[in-house]
Amino acid sequence: MRKLRGDDPPEPGAQWYDAEAGPLVRPYAMTGGRTSPGPSGVRFDLIALVSLDTAAPETGDDTALGPEHRALIELCRIETQSVAELAADADLPVGVVRVLLGDLLELGVVKVTRPVPPAQLPDEKILREVIDGLRAL
Amino acid sequence: MASEHSEGDGAETSALALKILVAGGFGVGKTTLVGAVSEIRPLRTEEQLSEVGESIDDVGGVAQKTTTTVAMDFGRITIRSGLSLYLFGTPGQDRFWFLWDELSQGALGAVVLADTRRLEDCFPAVDYFEHRRIPFVVAVNCFAGARTYGAQDVSRALDLDRGTPVVLCDARDRDSGKEVLIRLVEYAGRMHTARLLDSVG
Repeated sequence: MRKLRGDDPPEPGAQWYDAEAGPLVRPYAMTGGRTSPGPSGVRFDLIALVSLDTAAPETGDDTALGPEHRALIELCRIETQSVAELAADADLPVGVVRVLLGDLLELGVVKVTRPVPPAQLPDEKILREVIDGLRAL
Repeated sequence: MASEHSEGDGAETSALALKILVAGGFGVGKTTLVGAVSEIRPLRTEEQLSEVGESIDDVGGVAQKTTTTVAMDFGRITIRSGLSLYLFGTPGQDRFWFLWDELSQGALGAVVLADTRRLEDCFPAVDYFEHRRIPFVVAVNCFAGARTYGAQDVSRALDLDRGTPVVLCDARDRDSGKEVLIRLVEYAGRMHTARLLDSVG
């Protein structure tokens, strides 16, 4: 609940916004207003797998990268992750993550493994493996 | 150790992720099912409503509200290094249908969760997957206190295509959830083989 304060001096650390105000930074501000990934134009599937490119150039002082870019890099450093997991772990909307990953892909920082194309179900051997794997869980 | 390492690297380069959707009416147990079988705590991912969505989104009375966030649950099951199954709980409300199209792209198949006390809630999901020829199984979540019906009764009530499996399950139970997924993957395999034969013949 918000209250207008009269002559009371503001308490140190008091904030004029609360959780109900939603995120203070508009999601697409992190992407510079872009809503789709850069020139490469790739549309990352939710289960596209993202890993760090081990041959990637050092990104230490790259000012082109924002804190959210770096957060994604750190998450990928832990293990290969799907786009959906990255969005959940970084607490960012999927659309924003897609744009940021587009940047990282162009910089050669990450590699993306596309999921199986729609019309092409995996072969029987893999499905067998999935069934056996589920049984063994 | 060294050989194990190189084996891991080999699997890494051909990492394969498969997608399974969990659909059904509101409150039927989608999140519960995803949580029961997932090895990670159910994560929620948020998708901003696209323009397409906004135009059909009825926000009557809340005129200033121009964005809505849709939450999707998902979970993961690692079969082995380099082979994982991802489960996505589809948003229940009709106005988020546009998200289904993206989710169902390249999906191995779907689980339609049903509650026999309000079977009609799963009609849209059944129609959706039938129409797009995406393999699905109907999993009847057996709520305590609900009258139990046989799989045959449910199949007839839903007017399912012949061969579409109906499984009785308890969405809270891991083994029960696993069984549902196994039935789906088996069925998806059969559908796939049948289509291959069709295209040859």
